[in-house]
Amino acid sequence: MKPLTVTGLGSFPRRRQTLPGFSLSLGLSLLWTGLLVVLPLTALLLRPWQHGLGPMIHALHDARMYAALRVSFICAFLAVLIDLPIGLLLAWTLVRYRPPGHRAVDALIDLPFAIPTAVTGIALATLYGPGGWIGAPAEKLGLKLTFSPAGIVIALTFIGLPFIVRSVEPVLRSFPKDVEEAVFLLGASGWQRFCRILLPALAPPLLSGAGLAFARGIGEYGSVIFIAGNQPFHSEVAPLLIVMRLQEFNYDGATSIALILLVTALLCLVAVSHLRRSVSSGLLREDGA
Amino acid sequence: MSITLEAFTQYAPRSSRKLLDNIALTVEDRAFVALVGPSGAGKTTLLRAIAGLSSHSEGTLLIDGLPIHDRPVQDRGIGFVFQNYALFRHMTVARNIAFGLDVLPRARRPDRAAIQRRVTELLDLIQLPHLAKAYPDQLSGGQRQRVALARALATGPRLLLLDEPFGALDPLVRRDIRRWLRDLHDRMNLTTILVTHDHEEAMDVADTLVVMQEGRIVQAADASTLNAAPQTPFVMEFLGETLKFPGTVRSGQFVPDNTDIAPFPFEGPDGDATAFIRPHDVFLLPGAGQASVEKRPHFSNGLFRYQIVTAEAAFEMITPTDLSPQEMQNVRVDISRGKIFYPAAASEDPPKPA
Repeated sequence: MKPLTVTGLGSFPRRRQTLPGFSLSLGLSLLWTGLLVVLPLTALLLRPWQHGLGPMIHALHDARMYAALRVSFICAFLAVLIDLPIGLLLAWTLVRYRPPGHRAVDALIDLPFAIPTAVTGIALATLYGPGGWIGAPAEKLGLKLTFSPAGIVIALTFIGLPFIVRSVEPVLRSFPKDVEEAVFLLGASGWQRFCRILLPALAPPLLSGAGLAFARGIGEYGSVIFIAGNQPFHSEVAPLLIVMRLQEFNYDGATSIALILLVTALLCLVAVSHLRRSVSSGLLREDGA
Repeated sequence: MSITLEAFTQYAPRSSRKLLDNIALTVEDRAFVALVGPSGAGKTTLLRAIAGLSSHSEGTLLIDGLPIHDRPVQDRGIGFVFQNYALFRHMTVARNIAFGLDVLPRARRPDRAAIQRRVTELLDLIQLPHLAKAYPDQLSGGQRQRVALARALATGPRLLLLDEPFGALDPLVRRDIRRWLRDLHDRMNLTTILVTHDHEEAMDVADTLVVMQEGRIVQAADASTLNAAPQTPFVMEFLGETLKFPGTVRSGQFVPDNTDIAPFPFEGPDGDATAFIRPHDVFLLPGAGQASVEKRPHFSNGLFRYQIVTAEAAFEMITPTDLSPQEMQNVRVDISRGKIFYPAAASEDPPKPA
């Protein structure tokens, strides 16, 4: 069989594919991404300018919007920072120690994916709220966990954790045993083993997971609004502000926030993939596989 | 560095199944030993035990007179080369090689320039000076293998343990690399233990071959002793192509069941026995019997292969002589250079797992 060489879209090699119906499946996937991804995004990019530049510029001069965006971004970022060590630890425990009941824990990790975000929000608000199991003692210590940015971080940490665990877990599971033994036999201490060998190998999945968790955190709405208190300029997140603008029939305001969120989300993706590439020196083969 | 094992038994984790059974082995300082045997014989397990990589064992394992776990890893002076090289993919070749020095405690770590010099020296030694900045994934199998070796040598070990290091290499590279390894062993005064399932490779490179089977050592000797006096049929069969001829020992003679094979004198108790012989030890007695001979198309190394057809069986022999047609008619077969094993000895030989 000749090696597969793709020089451009126009010159797909004429050879038997593993899956039948190559043109059909390619067509379907292009249609799919076009209808579900590209078209709405394009609409979103074009919509804000519909009423001309003036209203748009006016909409962009909105201090409350920038405050909400700042809250969203900072909280999502902090949540990811908290998620990274916890997620790594969880994945490590699940893969390496297999404690009794690890299957149950394994299933529980996906729970934030599975339960409706509103349910998460109510549960967290009850737990961390003034009368809650954690909220009450925390209040005695002078910590206000709900109706403040701290509450948002708590909610986003909960939502983001599975992304980290699920990205790291397979890489950790398939980490070659002989490499660890080689490190041991070369005389590295436990800490050196972790920092010099394991962490670099886990950096790409950690970054991917962090990128996903961050993106999800910026857009998170349901689980946040119950716990955040939603005070403008203080604990109001950007997605909530979009909803409020829509309720005010202020479509320019809503779409301008959406546009900024969209652009920053794209920039985040680019940044993460760039960062991922730079920490994966030697880990990615030259053909990109 | 010398290694002594006495009554060393290792169990599979969480079970009483023995992976190594009552091993007794002494490896002298500066010896080159090959552990050989079929898959599952326990070669790698033994090597890992010597490296201090395993638990669940009982018995004695002394390295230079001390139990292995009495010394911290960095003071053991052991270099280990893994079957799949186990290189660090996110590090350049140079960093891989330097790793054992980089992780030394600060008080004992050479300075940066000294480590750099050592790496350069090792890169020259493995003949890959231009690949310092490459990543392991960019190397070929033979290059990775040599980098793994350099990494193991960086800290100046006196004992080198190699787990099927040539497994993934093509035959030509294999031969080059093992000659080079032998040369290295001699120059650096190393003690080397090599695991391989290839007996020819082991004979080519090692002073002593330790033949293992089912977690036990069957025979440990140099290549010529193993060839001249294999202790069990397993050793004989493992070390090369073998022909088997059942027969009986009767009043100082071995009489093969196959009448086209000539009886020959053998001192031993009367009873059933089997003669084992290498195809190149078989000779023909033209005109003395009923067997016929056909030439095989395949021959190599200046040797000819002949198919001998007797009334009861057909088998192949190897000879440097190109037989004439007369010599190929009505022959009787001379196997007097074969080794006789009694079934008692054969039954000590446990059945091979399917």
